[in-house]
Amino acid sequence: METAAEQISLEAFLFVAAIIFSLGVYGVLSRRNAVQILMSVELMLNAVAVNFVAFAVYTDPELFRGLIFGIFVIIIAAAEVGLALGIILNVFRSQATVNVDEVSELKW
Amino acid sequence: MTVAEVIFYAIAIVSIVAAIGVVTVPNVVHAALFLILSLLGVAGFYILLSNEFLALVQILIYAGTISILVLLALMLTRGREQNLPSVSAGAQWPLALLGSLVLGAVLLTAVLDVNWPRDDGIVTLVDINTLGGALFRDWLLPFELVSVVLTVALIGAVVISHRDEEET
Repeated sequence: METAAEQISLEAFLFVAAIIFSLGVYGVLSRRNAVQILMSVELMLNAVAVNFVAFAVYTDPELFRGLIFGIFVIIIAAAEVGLALGIILNVFRSQATVNVDEVSELKW
Repeated sequence: MTVAEVIFYAIAIVSIVAAIGVVTVPNVVHAALFLILSLLGVAGFYILLSNEFLALVQILIYAGTISILVLLALMLTRGREQNLPSVSAGAQWPLALLGSLVLGAVLLTAVLDVNWPRDDGIVTLVDINTLGGALFRDWLLPFELVSVVLTVALIGAVVISHRDEEET
């Protein structure tokens, strides 16, 4: 009996991941709430992790490096979210807003 | 069409629709809930790719921890701009839409055009023993490094969000 992954092609996973990644890019560019931008970044990271794992399963039978990379992407995403939310909370405390257009003190 | 394909398309549609919801709904709490749905869909992809461990990690870390953190941050930063619906999308959203559409078109044509290396449809089924062995033998140094990175980032998050007046 063939496994589920054998019945689905690599291209199908890449296709869905590309769509989710583009949606994440749109979110980062269009949203103005810092937390929403962070959520869009999470979408993009997820799409990339799906790509890594799909490549590992379909094209790298001996070393499955993509799997290891997928785990690392998830770990780095956790670290990034913790830091970013700390920064956002601090900005909100000092500026009383999380709208990235109004937080322009560091703008040159 | 096989059962696996039906499940794949169902999960794909759910996670793409949820991703659209994340970047379009004006209510940020709804966007965070859509994000959880999309992340669970990605966990479904991992199960279809025969990686139950990664799916569990995805559910635990992403759908569990990260989304709860995001929801907490949303509730803590509930300021005056929450009442303004226009804050969810800036005036530059048509340009953003154009840019992401162009990027998406480039990515999708790349995915369809490139002749990806395939070993005759053979897929790798990595069980948890092999994965753990590789992680703690071949990838030990990167693994330890990333744990240091995680520790430093979390300590940094605590330091950054610490209030100054509480120190005295």
